[in-house]
Amino acid sequence: MKKKLALLLVAGMTMASVIGCGSSAETTAPAADTAADTAADDAAADTAADDAAADTAADDAAADTAADDAAADTAASGELIKVGIINNDPNESGYRTANDADLKATFCEANGYDASFAYSLKNEEQINSAQQFIQDGVDYLLLSAADTSGWDSVLQDAQANGVRVILFDRTIDADPSLYEASIVSDMRAEGDKAVEWMKSQNLGEYNIIHIQGVMGSAAQIGRSDALTETAAAEGWNIVMEQTANWNAEEAQQIVQSVIDSGESFNVIYAENDNMAQGAVAALDSAGITHGVNGDVKIIGFDTNKFALEELLAGNWNYDGQCNPFQSSYIDDIIKTLESGGTISEKTIIMDEKGFDAETITQEDVDTYGI
Amino acid sequence: MQNQNKSGVSVFLGRLVRSQYFIPLTALLLLAVFNLIADPAFFKITVTTNSAGNRVLAGTPITILDYGSELAILAIGMTLVTAAAKGQDISVGAAVAIAGSFILRMLSGGNANAATLQMPIICAFLLGCIVAMLFGAFNGVLVAFFKIQPMIATLILYTAGRSIAAWFNNNELPIIKDASFSYIGGFIPGIPIPTPFFIMVICVVIITLVLKFTNLRLYAQAVGINENSARLNGLNPAAIKILSFVILGLCVAVVGLIKVSRVSSINYSVIAKDIEMDAILAVALGGNSLSGGKFNMATSIMGAYIIQFLTQTLYKYKVPSEALPAYKAVVVIVLVIMSAPTVREFFSSRMKKVKVKEVA
Amino acid sequence: MSDNILLQMKNIHKRFPGVYALQGVDFKLRAGEIHALMGENGAGKSTLIKVLTGVYTKDEGEISIEGSPVAIHSPQAAQNVGISTVYQEITLCPNLSVAENMFIGRTAGLGQNWKKMNSDAEKILQSLDIPAKATQQLSSCSIAVQQMVAIARAVDMDCKVLILDEPTSSLDESEVAKLFKLMRDLKGRGVGIIFVTHFLDQVYEVCDRITVMRDGQLVGEYVIEDLPRVQLVSKMLGKEFNDMDDISGEYQTYERKADEKPVFEAKGLASESGIKPFDFHIDKGEVNGFTGLLGSGRSECVRAIFGADKVTGGSVKMNGKDVKIRKPLDAMRHGIAYLPEDRKVDGIVGDLSVRDNLILAAQVLKGFLKPFSKAEANKFADEYIKLLSIKTASADTPIKSLSGGNQQKVIVARWLLTHPEYLILDEPTRGIDVGTKTDIQKLVLKLASEGMSVTFISSELDEMLRTCSRLVVMRDLNVVGELTGQDMNQSKVMSTIAGGEKQNAESK
Repeated sequence: MKKKLALLLVAGMTMASVIGCGSSAETTAPAADTAADTAADDAAADTAADDAAADTAADDAAADTAADDAAADTAASGELIKVGIINNDPNESGYRTANDADLKATFCEANGYDASFAYSLKNEEQINSAQQFIQDGVDYLLLSAADTSGWDSVLQDAQANGVRVILFDRTIDADPSLYEASIVSDMRAEGDKAVEWMKSQNLGEYNIIHIQGVMGSAAQIGRSDALTETAAAEGWNIVMEQTANWNAEEAQQIVQSVIDSGESFNVIYAENDNMAQGAVAALDSAGITHGVNGDVKIIGFDTNKFALEELLAGNWNYDGQCNPFQSSYIDDIIKTLESGGTISEKTIIMDEKGFDAETITQEDVDTYGI
Repeated sequence: MQNQNKSGVSVFLGRLVRSQYFIPLTALLLLAVFNLIADPAFFKITVTTNSAGNRVLAGTPITILDYGSELAILAIGMTLVTAAAKGQDISVGAAVAIAGSFILRMLSGGNANAATLQMPIICAFLLGCIVAMLFGAFNGVLVAFFKIQPMIATLILYTAGRSIAAWFNNNELPIIKDASFSYIGGFIPGIPIPTPFFIMVICVVIITLVLKFTNLRLYAQAVGINENSARLNGLNPAAIKILSFVILGLCVAVVGLIKVSRVSSINYSVIAKDIEMDAILAVALGGNSLSGGKFNMATSIMGAYIIQFLTQTLYKYKVPSEALPAYKAVVVIVLVIMSAPTVREFFSSRMKKVKVKEVA
Repeated sequence: MSDNILLQMKNIHKRFPGVYALQGVDFKLRAGEIHALMGENGAGKSTLIKVLTGVYTKDEGEISIEGSPVAIHSPQAAQNVGISTVYQEITLCPNLSVAENMFIGRTAGLGQNWKKMNSDAEKILQSLDIPAKATQQLSSCSIAVQQMVAIARAVDMDCKVLILDEPTSSLDESEVAKLFKLMRDLKGRGVGIIFVTHFLDQVYEVCDRITVMRDGQLVGEYVIEDLPRVQLVSKMLGKEFNDMDDISGEYQTYERKADEKPVFEAKGLASESGIKPFDFHIDKGEVNGFTGLLGSGRSECVRAIFGADKVTGGSVKMNGKDVKIRKPLDAMRHGIAYLPEDRKVDGIVGDLSVRDNLILAAQVLKGFLKPFSKAEANKFADEYIKLLSIKTASADTPIKSLSGGNQQKVIVARWLLTHPEYLILDEPTRGIDVGTKTDIQKLVLKLASEGMSVTFISSELDEMLRTCSRLVVMRDLNVVGELTGQDMNQSKVMSTIAGGEKQNAESK
């Protein structure tokens, strides 16, 4: 009897873990519900093209300027702006680590801010932290929500207490009047940019291994849809489409299984850098060449430093950015609001680049690598 | 088949149905037959040259041996913990991240892009073993002294482990460029079989020797079946439970080394994700009771390879991503039902009837 | 007594792999009688009961109730035809309330009127004089009360046939008396009761008829007046058995040298179990015992000696030298062996084989890194299976599938294998058959004659009087007296237990 129960339990656990997989939060990229109306950027390959906004986002010098401005403000008003920042766990991914570091660098005392941070991957804990911040009387509440729903009442409290809310990285299902602005990435646009690049390569035929992220996450949906739709329109052949759950070793196994089956392929579209890395490991052990002079084109996302270095070395072909540097945008918005100005666009979609192995420079690696 | 042979065969089958090898063997057979009918090329093994210029074996069976070995090593430790502590360690994946991260930290010396190894791999690995065994002992102490249920006790490390792993490397992603490091999760030059397979063989040989030349099996089983009685026979149940967790820690360190070697790097949040569930499943597929007591190491290891076999089959037939977990769940449910005592009793009595008929 | 047959079992056969447990057994039960089912362990009593209650399905044979044949495939089916059982081991759910336990599995639909259930339960408990509350959690009741709740549950199910399988083994005398009153009461209402017990006194006190079984076969059915005790025992054992009272004469007393120090000596020993500090000693070759009512602390004393409970005070000497015993392993290293009171909870390691159970203690003493070879283990197993005539299919059989008496013999063998200087046996004869009881008593005397010191505890006083040369008497966790020589008789012990004379100053 005991044994039977135990076995049932394991079945239950397996089911639970199986269900858990589908719903677990995405680990690498932020959510975006904005319509994919951003036109595919021709300049994707043209990485050298300076884009003012993106530059500001990442450039330390820009942050310094901001710091100077803020310092001037502080000198004038004599007091710090109190911000409460609610974010996901910085250990979640390289993206989140860079995101957190960027926020910490901008919202410091030298820049005229008195910032408190709260981290959680759970919505309820985040809501608790938000209430705490409201009670503490912060001026601004910056929020990257774990879940899209459940925020209405706490944001109403914020409004009642004169706390202004700015969303970053992820949007929520709440009345737009409850927040000042939302700064997000557009996953679909990131995907479209990468697919455009693939098209521009004019390969004779396209036999693609598509390695997906955790199913149902915003990054997976945006990046998968871009490829799936174009592949159907262009008649590209998807050799394999499978989720590796953002995981390098799973990606390695998936590519290995395609190699074992003997099917030919010439493009690997991996929805993040880790999975691309795993895929490449499988190619290496089978002696299949890849990269600029190789048989297989490698596409990754998230501009991890290691990924950009692989690009620079010609081992990979393309990497799409998912910009984690929202702090300068936020800083600008707070400055505008403090000086009595208004925000023209409620939803601000960050500018994101795509890097091509043939044009990437060491400077790009240093600037954009996270 | 000749008639006189038949009853002998059915006696054998009857015994097989009751044996603990029945489930894993049947599962293996079903998977093998299915693949053989669907596409015999599944079992094709070819010789290729990898990017390092070595001639190596390739093909699905090799891939199964390669990736299944990690799970098999974990199944060894999980079997012991299950037997002695009457519960499972769900922090295995997080602990693999810790061990892997620590090994990378030692090899890179804290510099994420170190060009050379800062320490011989064996030293880094041994230190990693110590760290993983310490974390295992931590789990063991919670279970043995504080009498917390294993699943609850290990929930702590399950939750915190990946953050600890990230903390070892200041949240950076070290990349080891030295080619010799990749031999562990890949191929050693001149040897055409994946290294993880050899590592698994070494682990199995070690645990076999340990079970033969110590009383680990008797003690772990006695503690798992009747702790009171074990204590009154002079055993220290707490020490034995902790020991089982420490041994699992050692297995975790080995798997951590293989995992980080495969891509010469790490992703803290997803490395070895959910591997604990597969390890527990391997133990269950091996016909071992998850409520502790008697165990069979060999069937647990078989269970691990069955899970990999299944995964590889599902990849092969391009099951859609959304449906992958569902397919796996269905297969798991079938296997688990097969292992239920009532079902086995049924098969066993069927076998007997066949035998009686033939005798008549 | 009417001759109106209530239950008839005819030609029942049951085979297990390797064992032919029932070989054409007949059994008759009349309405309004209490019928004892007797036999040694392994005689087939339990199997017969389990066939009757649907736990096992019979291979052959017929069962009829009130003349009409019935098919009993499950315990539920047995209940439906009016057969209720109270087993030796409590089979209720300890984490449910008393009332829930009494009504579990008996409600018609999904709904449950909790209030009514509790008040009904309360009524039954009161009418049977059971000291428990309906809403109390079962595990908070004593074992005896739990047993009575189990009986109350069966009684309330309007059963025609009530089976009591060793119901009295964990009850004290007043509780037994209450149970007997209840049994007679039910008998008056026309219920047929099958009573399985090892206590001969109880059989003769309450039963009308006796059916004796041996080795899976029926020996015969007797009216109680026609079967004197001695004959009953000889029928159970299958041999003429004259006087089991006089076994002590068969063995010589060990000749102690004058200057020999006591093998074990404790001063002011106390443990966290709550016993008051006590002094105790045992000489080489001596058999002594702790006696007292259930809960008087006799088991707690020996547990303190062995280090089974945490020792909180006192000093211990062995052969005149100071030793520290903090845990069982310390005691074992000093040559002490301890057979615990509760065989199932503290003794056997159920799923392990007879062989593994047998070598366990010796193996632990030998050390983690020095396992016995397979050949050694087999040799030990074969040797002791033969020596103690343990009935088992093989040394590989899991111990849990052996009968109680044979399990106990394996545990005795386990400790003999460690070659102890001092052997403690706490209730070694509880719940086992007469033959094995005598075997164990003989063994104790034999070991003592060879120089082993033995402390023997039994709730059957005559067993202790027969085997021990000195009795330590306990009451309310205190040592209240010590009896030797002339004082070693039933009435003296009783009066000491009851508190006639206090000898120990600490008891005040």
